[in-house]
Amino acid sequence: MTTTEEAPTAEAAHDGEIGRDRRRKEDHRLLTGRTRWTDNIAPPGTLHLAMVRSPYAHARITGIDTRDAQASPNVVAVLTGADLADTQGVLANAWPITTDQVAPEHKPVAVDRVAFAGEIVAVVVARSAAAAVDAAELVDVDYEELPAALDLKDAAAATPENGGALAHPDLGTNNSARWIFDSAEAGTGGDVEDAIAAARSGGILIEREYRQQRLIPAFMEPRSVVVDPTGEQITLWSATQIPHITRFLLAATTGVPESKIRVIAPDVGGGFGGKLQTTPEEWAAFAVARRLGKPVKYTETRSESLLAAHHGRDQWQKLTLAATTDGTVTGLKVELLADLGAYVALVGGGVPVLGAFMFNAIYKFPAYRFDCRTVLTNKTWTDAYRGAGRPEATFAVERLMDELAAELGRDPLEVRRQNWITHDEFPFTTVAGLTYDSGDYESATAQAVEAFGYEDLRAEQARRREERDPVQLGIGISTFTEMCGLAPSRVLGSLNYGAGGWEHAEIRMLPTGKVEVTTGASAHGQGHETAFSQIVADRLGVPYEDVEVLHGDTQVAPRGLDTYGSRSLTVGGEALALAADKVVAKAKPWAAHLLEAAPEDIEFAHGKFTVAGTGEGKTVQEIALAAFAAHDYPEGIEPSIDAEATFDPVNFSFPHGTHLCAVEVDTETGAVSLRKYVCVDDVGTVINPLIVAGQVHGGLVQGIAQALWEEAVYDDAGTLLTGTLADYLVPSAADLISFDAAHRSTPATTNSLGAKGVGEAGTIASTPAVVNAVVDALRPYGVHDVRMPCTPARVWHAIQEGSAA
Amino acid sequence: MTRIELTVDGAKVSDDVEPRLLLVQYLRERLGKTGTVIGCDTASCGACTVHLDGHSVKSCNVLAVQADGAEVTTVEGLATDGALHPVQEAFHEYHALQCGFCTPGMIMQAADLLAENPAPTEEQIRQGLEGNLCRCTGYHNIVRAVQHAAGTPGTTAAPAADGGAA
Repeated sequence: MTTTEEAPTAEAAHDGEIGRDRRRKEDHRLLTGRTRWTDNIAPPGTLHLAMVRSPYAHARITGIDTRDAQASPNVVAVLTGADLADTQGVLANAWPITTDQVAPEHKPVAVDRVAFAGEIVAVVVARSAAAAVDAAELVDVDYEELPAALDLKDAAAATPENGGALAHPDLGTNNSARWIFDSAEAGTGGDVEDAIAAARSGGILIEREYRQQRLIPAFMEPRSVVVDPTGEQITLWSATQIPHITRFLLAATTGVPESKIRVIAPDVGGGFGGKLQTTPEEWAAFAVARRLGKPVKYTETRSESLLAAHHGRDQWQKLTLAATTDGTVTGLKVELLADLGAYVALVGGGVPVLGAFMFNAIYKFPAYRFDCRTVLTNKTWTDAYRGAGRPEATFAVERLMDELAAELGRDPLEVRRQNWITHDEFPFTTVAGLTYDSGDYESATAQAVEAFGYEDLRAEQARRREERDPVQLGIGISTFTEMCGLAPSRVLGSLNYGAGGWEHAEIRMLPTGKVEVTTGASAHGQGHETAFSQIVADRLGVPYEDVEVLHGDTQVAPRGLDTYGSRSLTVGGEALALAADKVVAKAKPWAAHLLEAAPEDIEFAHGKFTVAGTGEGKTVQEIALAAFAAHDYPEGIEPSIDAEATFDPVNFSFPHGTHLCAVEVDTETGAVSLRKYVCVDDVGTVINPLIVAGQVHGGLVQGIAQALWEEAVYDDAGTLLTGTLADYLVPSAADLISFDAAHRSTPATTNSLGAKGVGEAGTIASTPAVVNAVVDALRPYGVHDVRMPCTPARVWHAIQEGSAA
Repeated sequence: MTRIELTVDGAKVSDDVEPRLLLVQYLRERLGKTGTVIGCDTASCGACTVHLDGHSVKSCNVLAVQADGAEVTTVEGLATDGALHPVQEAFHEYHALQCGFCTPGMIMQAADLLAENPAPTEEQIRQGLEGNLCRCTGYHNIVRAVQHAAGTPGTTAAPAADGGAA
């Protein structure tokens, strides 16, 4: 199936729910302002919190004078880390990637030392948010500054002996963990050192060092938390992606029984991994509410969000690609430094490991080695940001393939074709040990090349080069794949991850014929209410309008592992499909009984059970009513056709695609402008093409923004310089162009829907496509790399340096 | 405290407010108009955009006392007699929202843009929405929606029966 996205198709024209451009059920409340963001919630008597944060990257707290703040109007309490020490719990690291990982204890409110600028040192509680903020200004904290570990490479090299700054002096090192995958050791391939030695004597060796700059997820809704400790349970509302994980960890780290905690993620305004976190702010609010016995609320300012919500990326990548002179790749070696920031975040340590299996990408490398060190510094902690490990890997390999092509003087598409897995080679076990179940890189690329007008643009590029046009044209390619649909629980266990990767769903057949569905996936913009309704309507044969999807509340949907890693559809959607199949199976004996036929003569199609060869039938909704009344049903079965299912995937899913980007680079100013962007993504079966296209568009822009605009910058003292949206450059509509985003479908073979996941694809693919285009434009100027973000200044300097060389 | 009287979404309201109170805080905290949201603290994101006397403003950048005597329309007052405004309809039809947090501001800005320029080019739409950030959609479908709404009757009409443009 091939679909090119343009104007949405009319809904009525489609037969069946899967693949239909349903307009979203979520929209009406969002369009009319009848939304339930966490910051809108205020139980009676709610007290407001303001956080006092450290201005220093690394300092000992020598005294906190709260008297003036305490005496301030409408202030109820001012609590320090020492005040909360016994009840605040700790923030857990759920993914210690090695058994000997070094990790500092992370208290929500610092007790005697702060390890990054922005760390909370005291909490002011007042009757209004304004009074709390006013009083926070009056808290007098004495700090004794300590040397701060800021630069990633310096931090990695620091030891007590060489006097380098340590982020946590008591740990004696900044190196948290070292994680290695070697194909020779794993038995999945050859020895990369042999491949490199061979390339050194008579082959081609590409050695590069790339910087994955630090990014900020910058979801639009600032984080907010409300805790109501009144009543039997403590209820915590939070702008989070992970209500279920939050509930579990609150219980595990504070001693409050899990059954006494209810976590609700109401409408959540974006996450992109940035709300895949258990936060100091949540834990502090929980502790304060319990202590005071009153509801409390904390909503961060944007400045606090940029400063203290976790950041993403931040790696140095040292790469060695070996190839033969005919362009066949023979080995890839990756040496990585990953900046954790001041603490090992929820899954932060594991982010580079998620990339470890993806550097080889779609190419048949016979030998591969990945060697990663995670490093503590005195900066904001890092963790998942859209793609999490996979954009970094994809960037590296896609940049290297372009460098290899340049070295060979060949078209980069041709070099990729020579080395990629062909469609008849699936399932394919890679040098990193994964089995890719399906894909068709040739077809996706052919379609993208056609839509892009690749040959025409190459001809224009040649013309402009010849004419020495000051505005040069560059063409960038990214033929990416990713592993998503996190994740098979056994695989996660083997990687030392602290939880499973299953997902849960329940279908309740209400007597009125309505279908109430719960999912453990927790949406924050993805359109679960719509897409999941389509799946259930399709499987049960009930009207789409009759399905109601409930999520994001541990009391409503008690079992779940939430939303991240493009898992909602492939894992959560599949759980729902399995639950629907169970409903049908449970309803069948009811149908046989009511229709006075043998169960084996009953057929089910389009929502109706019929007796083979007759017109007689009962709909599943009619049976729901019969089961509710329960007046007349067979012996030995329960009076319910409700069902639940838990799905644990057997493999990751592997979306792929070909992204082509054309940029114009003004060689006199260094300014880069987007000219054309075409992508063809294969995300398996598409439930709702409108939603899929939207996910791709948004993903593209986040990846493009990494290439061109965004970077979290610290000064030499460890102060975040990009602390507002005026400084951290989230792009606007005026910075961007319209996209030609199409999709193809090679169904996944590892779930019954055939779905592969789409949430992260655009972001993973687009960054190297853009940077490859920028570098491609400047090759005649001797440029082989431009560090991200490719700002006019960096591009201009690259041209000057390249031309001088 | 300062006494202010204004019209919000067609209803006359009157309150004593602190001079430092922002219009967006007044709307959310005093009037319960939580459809309008706060996305930043530097007037960069536009999530809080409302109409003040018929023109879009970032309500985080206006003091409540400055709205004294004015007519304010929020996203909650844009639909007329239960019928969505053409921009709201177009956002739904063209999937121009995902998480929806920027949507109230984006819609109010788009409505203002179309009131000033009923037939904008794509470039004019992109420039006109420059002050409103969205992190989900990549703007592609937002631009489509505004283009579509531009051709829809009623787009440039007064946004609400009593709270419309002057």
